[in-house]
Parts: sequence; structure tokens; C-alpha cells
Amino acid sequence: MYPIIALSISGLLTLFLGFLDNKKLVFPISILFLVIALGVSFIDWNAPGLYFSEMLAVDNETIIFGAVMLISAILILCLSEGFNDFEFSQPAEYFALVQLSLIGALMMVSFENLIMLFLGIEILSIGLYVLTGADKRNLRGNEAAIKYFLMGAFATGILLFGIAMFYGAVGSFNIHVSVIDEAYLPFFWIGCTLILVGLTFKISAAPFHFWSPDVYEGAPTIFTAYMATVVKTAGFVAIFKVLYSSFSAITEFWTPMIVIMVGASLIIGNVFAVTQDSFKRLMAYSSVSHAGFMLLALVGDNEGAFGTIMFYSVAYSLATITAFGVLMKVSKHRIEKGRPYEKIDLFEGLFKNNGFLAGVLAIAMLSLAGIPLTAGFWGKFFVFSDAASSGNFTLIVIAVFMSAVAVYYYFKPIILSMKKSDGVETVVLSPLVKLIFVLTTCGTIILGIFPNLLRSIF
Amino acid sequence: MLILALILIPILGALLVFALGQNQLRSKQLALAVALVELVVFGLVFKEFSTTGNLLLQKDWLPDFGISFKFSIDGISVLLLALSTVLVPLVILSTFKVAYEKSNLLYALILLTEAALVGVFMAGDLFLFYFFFEIALVPVYFLGLIWGGANAAKATFKMLAYTIFGSLLMLVGLVYLYSKGQTADMEALKASMAFIPSNVQGILFSLFMLAFAIKMPIFPFHTWQADAYSESSTPATMLLAGLLSKMGVYGLIRIALPLAPMGAAEMGHMVMVLGVIGLIYGSIIAVKQDNLKRLIAYSSFAHMGLMAAAIFSGTLEGAQGAVFQMLAHGLNAIGLFFVVKIIAERTGGRSLSALGGLSQDAPWLSVSFMIILLGSVALPLTNGFVGEFLMLKGVFDHSKLLGIISGISIILGAVYLLRLFQKTMFGEKQNADVVIADVSGTEAVVLFVISALVILMGVFPNCILEISEPASQQLLDYMAQF
Repeated sequence: MYPIIALSISGLLTLFLGFLDNKKLVFPISILFLVIALGVSFIDWNAPGLYFSEMLAVDNETIIFGAVMLISAILILCLSEGFNDFEFSQPAEYFALVQLSLIGALMMVSFENLIMLFLGIEILSIGLYVLTGADKRNLRGNEAAIKYFLMGAFATGILLFGIAMFYGAVGSFNIHVSVIDEAYLPFFWIGCTLILVGLTFKISAAPFHFWSPDVYEGAPTIFTAYMATVVKTAGFVAIFKVLYSSFSAITEFWTPMIVIMVGASLIIGNVFAVTQDSFKRLMAYSSVSHAGFMLLALVGDNEGAFGTIMFYSVAYSLATITAFGVLMKVSKHRIEKGRPYEKIDLFEGLFKNNGFLAGVLAIAMLSLAGIPLTAGFWGKFFVFSDAASSGNFTLIVIAVFMSAVAVYYYFKPIILSMKKSDGVETVVLSPLVKLIFVLTTCGTIILGIFPNLLRSIF
Repeated sequence: MLILALILIPILGALLVFALGQNQLRSKQLALAVALVELVVFGLVFKEFSTTGNLLLQKDWLPDFGISFKFSIDGISVLLLALSTVLVPLVILSTFKVAYEKSNLLYALILLTEAALVGVFMAGDLFLFYFFFEIALVPVYFLGLIWGGANAAKATFKMLAYTIFGSLLMLVGLVYLYSKGQTADMEALKASMAFIPSNVQGILFSLFMLAFAIKMPIFPFHTWQADAYSESSTPATMLLAGLLSKMGVYGLIRIALPLAPMGAAEMGHMVMVLGVIGLIYGSIIAVKQDNLKRLIAYSSFAHMGLMAAAIFSGTLEGAQGAVFQMLAHGLNAIGLFFVVKIIAERTGGRSLSALGGLSQDAPWLSVSFMIILLGSVALPLTNGFVGEFLMLKGVFDHSKLLGIISGISIILGAVYLLRLFQKTMFGEKQNADVVIADVSGTEAVVLFVISALVILMGVFPNCILEISEPASQQLLDYMAQF
């Protein structure tokens, strides 16, 4: 509750910071705002409540998810170092949009009413459409922004239609109302399908993933990282809430849809990632496959699904932020045709002069591949044990085969970086960026050894 | 408490070595010191084990899931712990004469591997086992990749892809068992084995078996091995051949047999056949090899086949022989790869046809090479003999035909190993002007320790066999119920 208010005010204030002569101030002040939002979110700890005539609910779970997203945002923005070396950048606007879109993300994890879900998604998305095209001179970025906007708007339209159907069936927007007349059941089914389509678009689960490689590639890396972590986390919580409260009465109806999406996401995501030579496209397909993994936890009626999603989002966010961060720092040193070079072979020989970056990247990739000692392993394990408890061994077998495929492409950057060529010149990192990398990497390993630190919260 | 120290010392040691930076000498000495401290701690653990019997340590890990840090040590574990803690200092010592780049990372990775190995050999919880089993691969992969030869990237990746694929299949099996039994405790799961239908156990057994068959490796999952052994850096090869392959055998004893007993009873014979095929096939390929490292790799593959066959023979001799041979083979493999490394450094080649006459300049190298070789050939009074004899007896008792076929491998082993010795040590020197330096300093220490152990284990095998006997007997009694 409080972070939404705090961010609304600070977002607007940040816009005016753009008038300052010293643009360098925008960065620390915005980070301060985000930290404040993070701090105030814990005021409601252990004090659950409903707000705005039962539109929003705040409890410990939503606070934790909110904190995960706020921390991700802080880490990502710190990696940007204030956009100081973006030539045509407008830092105040970017920071303001990030803060405002975070409001949407926070609403998506705490909604009690589908109207709030819709508002949340819109607030989050509109900010992102703009941020995707933040690099105005980059045609690819413009293309990505238009693509994202058109498809995203279409998806939200479908979502809204689904919400209308839901209303038609139960006569309320509240997600806990699901006592329905048999006669209206078809509306309920259609509503469920359409809402699911709208939401899975946001998390780029197959078959609604077509936008993600282009958008990931075209957007400035920093916003790609934001898109891959915060939006995903928010999207998953929204899907969980919708499926496990509004549509918990028709589990057998939506289970086949989720099963198909899991299978498709796992296979498409992993198989397509193998042939990518752009790192960002690779990460896009990897995000499709991780969407498949997280959806797998939702199949069947699992008590543990919420905890699994939280752990998986944290593990995935930590690794993804690190990977994109390394890409950002290294690609800055190799400009080709006026653009940072973002192919995988950028990392060739990275280990020789930049042992730190290569190590950090390797650990992030190991975590994404789900190798033990990293958080990614436990994420996978929780998903598998959830799926096993609902008896979905076919999906587990698909997931396992696809994990084996994933090893191939996640190790590509590692092998390239260990190559004994001259490779990349020494990349100078500011202490702040180093600190962020150390934090994300240590987080990955500590959660990999003591998963209970996070898992025991729920 | 000591058990915890056994895990933590190498991990903390690795961090310390890594953090202290690039000073070559300091990294080496520190790593050696850590490995020796670990050996001392193991000595204390062993003392406790020999007075009180099996040891156990259990701590919460994921209480909601019934997963715990459960370490238990029985007769078989303690022997493999001994193997790991003795061999790792030798591996570290064997690198003393080489100046590796980024040496702090190298030694940190070696110590991490030790931690993972120690963890695997003590794990009493399914997921703890899996956890360490997988972790052990990662540092060795990087050791092989970063300091390996020109084709190391390809060869080590092949190894990684094979083994991870196998491990993932095992994970499916483990998750299934866990979801049925609602516990991850291996001992507790054994009790519920009777309730799992035999066709399901067949699938479980295949899943586990694939993982371990790839790791060991046994026929037909061995294709990664020769490349990985020959292209990786020597420390990585030593760890792979000497210790990591033992994780596969240990996995058979700890997971594949007790946690899918009906499946094992049903398919055990098939595994034995595959093992014996691998034994003969590996020996024949080894006879034709020209590259020293590949030759030893194939000989190692052949030995692994016999171990698998012996474990499934269902006899006490077979099981005891396999346990003994794990130790003997680990020691001998590290010794052989070390000798090959010395030869390669001195002469600049690993090709049999380009070598010869080394014994003229390097008598001590030649003597220790001979002792280790005879251990591998299984000459009486060396460590190889005891293991091979017991294993062949076990296989023979199970099936006369397989026993007779396996017997041939002893002859083949003598053929390729003695040929190896003859072609390197005797004959004409290839380059008469160059004097090959004999072993000295740390090299001599390593070779002396290994040679002495080869003979000691061969003369007093009972010291070792009696440690593992109760555990082996217990396994057989348990298996006999199904």
C-alpha cells in the first residue's frame, strides 16, 4: 500500500528533477526514492488488510513480492550508473517511468479485483513501451517499441474482454467470487481462457512469445533486464492469483491449457535458443523456457506453488540481472556501426583480462542452467517436486530433456569467455557496479546452499 | 563435528586460496596445507569410526520438504573418503613443478572438487547426494577447460553434456522416489521399496543406471571419456580418472542397488553383460592406442566395466572386490597419469611411437612406473591383484561364461600395459643427444607414496577388506530380500 503511494509521488517528483542543471543528481535521488518505497512497504508487515473497498490486499506475501521487484529495479538501475554515457539520454524521464511502472507491478501482485489487475498491467506496460524505445536514434529500438506496443495493446484488449466475460458470469470483479450459475459457465470458461491469454503474453510463454526476441534485442539492455525480471515476476503472481482464486473452481478446465503452454514454452524456448547468436535473443528464448518452468509449478492444485514461484523468480532475476549487466558493461567497449556489439562472441577471451566479469557471468549462466550450488537448481527442484506431487511426470520428462538442451546454450558464453584468445580489453568497473555484481552473485550462491532462507518465509 | 569439518575445510580453504591472489608459490603451499589438514581430520574421523562404528550427522536443510544435511559414514564411505583425502594432496603435489597461470583459481577448484567428493561419499540424503554429485563436475570441468589443451573446449563440453544429461535423468528418478516416499532419507526410503511395483522400479533403475553408467563410464556410454581424459589438463584428468569415476561406482552401491532393488534384480545381468563387453572392448582398443593418455583412458574404461559387473554379481566377493578395486584403481590411475605427464613434459610428446629408452636416463621414473603398471596389470602382491581376483571370482560365481570372458581381460591388460612400458622405457632412445632428467623433489615424493601404497595394499589387503565387509554384507542381505 505505502510503496504505491510513495512511488506515485516520487515518480512525479523525479520528472521535475529533469529541470535540474546537474543531471548527475537524478540518479542518486531516484535510487533513494526506490529505497524509501522499499522501506515503507514493510510498515504493513504482519498487518494484512484490504484497501480501497477491497480493491487491493496487502499481506506478507505481497510485501515480499513487492520487495523482490523493488530490489530488482534498484539493482538494475544501479547498473545503469545514471545513464551518464547514453549520449541522447533523458535520465529523469527514464527514472520516472521506471518508478511509475513499478506502481503497476505492485498493483499486479496485490490486486483483489480484476479491474485493479487491468490497471496494473496497463500502468506497467505503458511505461515499458516508452522505455523500450528509449534509444531514439536506434531504428531497431523504435521497431521493438512499436511491435511491443501493438502486440501488448492487443493482448490487454483480450484480457479486458476476458474480464468482461468474468463479470458477466459471476456479476463481480472480485477474484474471490466464483459461485456461479451453471447457465453462465461458458462465459466463465471464455473469461478464463482470454484472461490467461492476456497474462501469458506478458510473461512471454509460448505460444504468445513472438514479441520477446525482437523486443529484448531492440530495447536498451538495461530495460531488457527490467522487462525480463520485474515484469515476469509481476505477471506470474497475477497468473497465480487469477488461477488459484477466481478460477480455482474450474481447475480441470484450465489445466490442459497450462499443460500445453508449459510443453510449448519448454520446447520452443530451449530449441530456438540453441541457434541464436545474439546474446539478448538467447536470453529472450531462455526467458520463454523459464516461463515454461514456472508455469509447470502451477499445474495441478499445489499448495507450494506460490513459494515455488517466489523462489524461482528471485533465482531467475538474480541470474538475469547479472547476465545482462555483464553484457552491458562489456558491449560498451565494442561499438560497431555506432551500436554496442551484442553477439555472443563478444565474450570471446573475456576471462583473460576480466576474470571477475567472466566468473560472475559463468555463475549466472550456471544458475540459469540449474546446476547445483546456485539458486537456479533449487528453483528447478521445487518446480519438479511440485509437478511430481500432482503426478505430472510426462511434463517433468520434457522439462528434463529440455534442461539438457539448455546446458548447451548456457555454456556457449562460458566456453567462449574461457577461450585463449586475446579477447576483450580490460573493462573498468565502478565500485558500485562491482558491488552489485558481488551482491547478485553471492545471493545466487547463498540461496543455492541455503534455499530455506527464502523458502521458509511462506 | 568432525564430519562437518571434513566438508568445510576444503571449501574454506578454496576460498582462502582464491582470495589470497596470484602468488604461485603461496597458492601451492596453502592448497597443499589445506589438503593435508583435511587428511589429518579424516584420520581423526577414521579413529572415531573404528572405535564407535558408523557415524551420523544430521542437520536441518529444508525441513518443510523433509530434506536434511544428513551425512553418514559406513565401511564403504570411509574407504572412499580415505581415497579422496589421500589422493587430493598427491594431485596438488604433482602440480608443484608446473607454473600454471591464475594458479589461485586452479588450486581453489581442486579443493572445491575435494569438498564435493567428500560430500558425495558421506551423503545420506537423496538430494544431498545429487547436490554434491553434480557440483563435483563443475570445478573439474573448469580445470579441464581453462588449463587444457587446444581441443579442451570441445572434449570437456562433451563430458559435461553427457554427465549432466545423465544426472538430470537421475533427478527425475530421485524426485519420483521422494514424492512417493515423502522423505529424502536414503535409509528410510529403503523401507518403502517393497511397496513400489517392480515395473516402476525397472524404470527407476534405468534412470539411475544411466547417470552412473555415464559417470563411470561403462559401455556404451563411454565415448566422452577418452577425449576428455586426453584433452583436459593433467590435474583435471587425475581427478576425473582417480576420483570422479568412483562416484559412479559408489552411486551404484548407494542408489541404484538399494533404491531400486527389484529393477536391479531384473536388469542386473544386462548391466553385467555391458560391463564385460566394455571390459573386453576397452582392452582391445587400448592395445591399439598410440597416444599414452588415451591408452590409459581406455584401460581405465575397461576396469570400470569389470567393477560394474562385479557389483551386480550379487556375491560378497564381487562387492568387496569392487570396493577394493575402486581404491586400487583410483591410486593407480593417478599414478599412471602422473607418469605420463612427466614423460610428456620431458620429451614433449605423448605418442608411443615417438618414445623409447627413457629408462637409460631416468631409472627411478622407470622403477616407479613399473610398480604402478604392475598394480594395474594385477600382478600378485600389488593392489590390483586383490581387487581383480575377487571381482573375477564374483563374476564367475554368478555366471561361468561371463567369468571366463572377463578372465581374458587380464591377458589383454598385460599386453597393452607391458607394451606401454616397453615402448616408453626400453628400446632405442629417439633422440640420443637429449638427456632426460630423472624424477626429483616433489615428483619423487608423489611417485614414492603411490608405489609404496600399491605394494602395501597388495601385501595387506585384509586391513582394507575388513573395514568394508560389514557394509557390503549388509547391502547383500538387503538385496537378497527382493
